[in-house]
Amino acid sequence: MASITMTDLVKAYGDVEVLHHIEGDIHDGEFVVIVGPSGCGKSTLLRMVAGLERVTSGDISIGDKVVNDLEPADRDIAMVFQNYALYPHMSVRENMAYGLKIRKFAKDEIDRRVQEAADILEIGQYLDRKPRQLSGGQRQRVAMGRAIVRNPQVFLFDEPLSNLDAKLRVQMRLEIRKLQKRLGVTSIYVTHDQVEAMTLGDRLMVLNGGYVEQFGTPIELYDRPATLFVAGFIGSPSMNFLPATANSGTLTLGNGATVSGAAHASGSVTLGIRPEHLVRDENGPVRISAQMFEQLGANTLVHGVLEGTDTDVVASLPGHVTAEAGSVMSFKASASDLHIFDSTSGKRIEE
Amino acid sequence: MLKRVHFPTSLLPYLLVAPQVIITLVFFVWPASQAVYQSFLIEDAFGISTEFVWFENFTYLAGDEQYLGSFGRTIFFSVCVAVLSMSAALVLAGFADRIVRGATTYRTLLIWPYAVAPVLAGALWVFMFNPTLGIFPYILEFVGVDWNHYLNGSQAMALVVFAAAWKQIAYNFLFYLAAMQSIPRSLIEAAAIDGAGPIRRFWDHIFPLVSPTTFFLLVINAVYAFFDTFGIIHAVTQGGPANATTILVYKVYNDGFVGLDLGGSAAQSVILMVLVIAMTVVQFRYVERKVEY
Ligand SMILES: Nc1ncnc2c1ncn2[C@@H]1O[C@H](COP(=O)(O)OP(=O)(O)OP(=O)(O)O)[C@@H](O)[C@H]1O
Ligand SMILES: [Mg+2]
Repeated sequence: MASITMTDLVKAYGDVEVLHHIEGDIHDGEFVVIVGPSGCGKSTLLRMVAGLERVTSGDISIGDKVVNDLEPADRDIAMVFQNYALYPHMSVRENMAYGLKIRKFAKDEIDRRVQEAADILEIGQYLDRKPRQLSGGQRQRVAMGRAIVRNPQVFLFDEPLSNLDAKLRVQMRLEIRKLQKRLGVTSIYVTHDQVEAMTLGDRLMVLNGGYVEQFGTPIELYDRPATLFVAGFIGSPSMNFLPATANSGTLTLGNGATVSGAAHASGSVTLGIRPEHLVRDENGPVRISAQMFEQLGANTLVHGVLEGTDTDVVASLPGHVTAEAGSVMSFKASASDLHIFDSTSGKRIEE
Repeated sequence: MLKRVHFPTSLLPYLLVAPQVIITLVFFVWPASQAVYQSFLIEDAFGISTEFVWFENFTYLAGDEQYLGSFGRTIFFSVCVAVLSMSAALVLAGFADRIVRGATTYRTLLIWPYAVAPVLAGALWVFMFNPTLGIFPYILEFVGVDWNHYLNGSQAMALVVFAAAWKQIAYNFLFYLAAMQSIPRSLIEAAAIDGAGPIRRFWDHIFPLVSPTTFFLLVINAVYAFFDTFGIIHAVTQGGPANATTILVYKVYNDGFVGLDLGGSAAQSVILMVLVIAMTVVQFRYVERKVEY
């Protein structure tokens, strides 16, 4: 087991810098998810930890050893790839045993470990098949089996579930989580799916355009997003953003309505309210002309615009709600559920 | 109800395939049938009388020691050419696959030998190995080898093997490189993480994964060595010394056009034709097996 430290980490391809001064500490046994939109540099960061990409500047340490110049084989890590990367000409057993064979383990020790991993992952009956004779989910398990037999210090996952169907994805997600807790191995998991990130990670590193936007627990990210980007990325449906003007504790919305809050801000800001934090109230300050209702069963999504403006707003209401399209509904939100961001920098303004 | 779709019949498709059909008929089918017919005839040395003898030419060949010797030589020659050119190509492709910078330059340079005509390739090697003028005999003298392929049969064989293999490396290289580049990068990365060094990765993964290409090239190279090396042999050794490099194609030419035994030469060419058809069938039947990633 080991901790991982990234210090002032930069990656550039030629003149193009794709990762900018990444800082982060991953504790021993922690499950960290790197999440962000496509092309933000998640895979690149993970591959640098794995040793598959060279570090341009800065340091990566595993344990207390700087590993910048170590070969992947010498970093004591295991990686699960998006396309599984199983060896097609080897049986499942050989796939799993390969790393141990190279490290010259005794035959019976190899057999024991492969059997143990196969039992954990319930792939015992496929050990003599070739990867092409397995389903996607089974291949996924074999890829994980190949990672766990080696008993490495660190697990690295690069979108391991994105080739599976929705149901299997949820199931495997839980299994990965359980497995990681049981083995207690420090893990980094890359995904672009925020639900997967929220459910799996002890902590989430939100990447955007090669910058770390925020690094914290799922609850921190949900309750106190540090930037507009994180606020919009985490949570589903995503947060409503209303342009507003702040003036000594009062926020004036686009249609002139006022909300109290933002004692420390002034001038042009963005007010963020999550759809699930909008509560019906006859006298509420946020008036929405509803345009469409989405019935999800347990709750209803009201899509509309802030009355008198064309700012889109979504509200999530418990139970079944029906009303005429075009009718105006009033909402309020408690002060602790308001997020205020600087409109130009996108940074959160603390209360 | 399914409706039949009727295409209007027209002359155009036939016109479009006609040139190919005519070429095939005139340059392949007609000569081939002539060869088969010819192989059933015995002609006297002056070309005055011919006699239809059924399979006599073939039964004669079956007992002819020179012919059988040439057959064995051809197999030896083919195996050497195939092994030498394929392994050289495999190694080169293995390196080229790892290079990122300047990869296209390497590739282009490695493909050039393929564009050289066989006779020119032969001439090149003749110059390099000329016992009195060549650079290699000069160098070999320092290590105590007395090179003269005009007198030494094994050296002559070695020389034609080198020349023929060298010319085929480019072709093999292209196929190997393409096969290697279709192996997913992540698979090799997974092996690296599993602890395999470059050489181990090559033998454990790349080599088995390009095995369909190896099989394909084996057939192609055998066909090449059997049938396409006439130019090289002719330029380098003319089958000598003392028939040491007379492989089957060369013997067909020698017996037919030099020895003027047209029937026997035709029978030999028919045997070669059967061999090439057999190899092509093998290739078509088995080559289509692909690796699934
Ligand atoms: N070999 C390379 N040369 C140049 N640029 C590259 C190279 N590899 C990646 N990039 C760039 O680096 C950036 C980050 O790529 P990366 O693969 O890490 O994205 P990602 O976050 O994993 O995206 P996805 O979710 O689509 O997998 C991208 O803008 C990409 O274009
Ligand atoms: Mg990626």
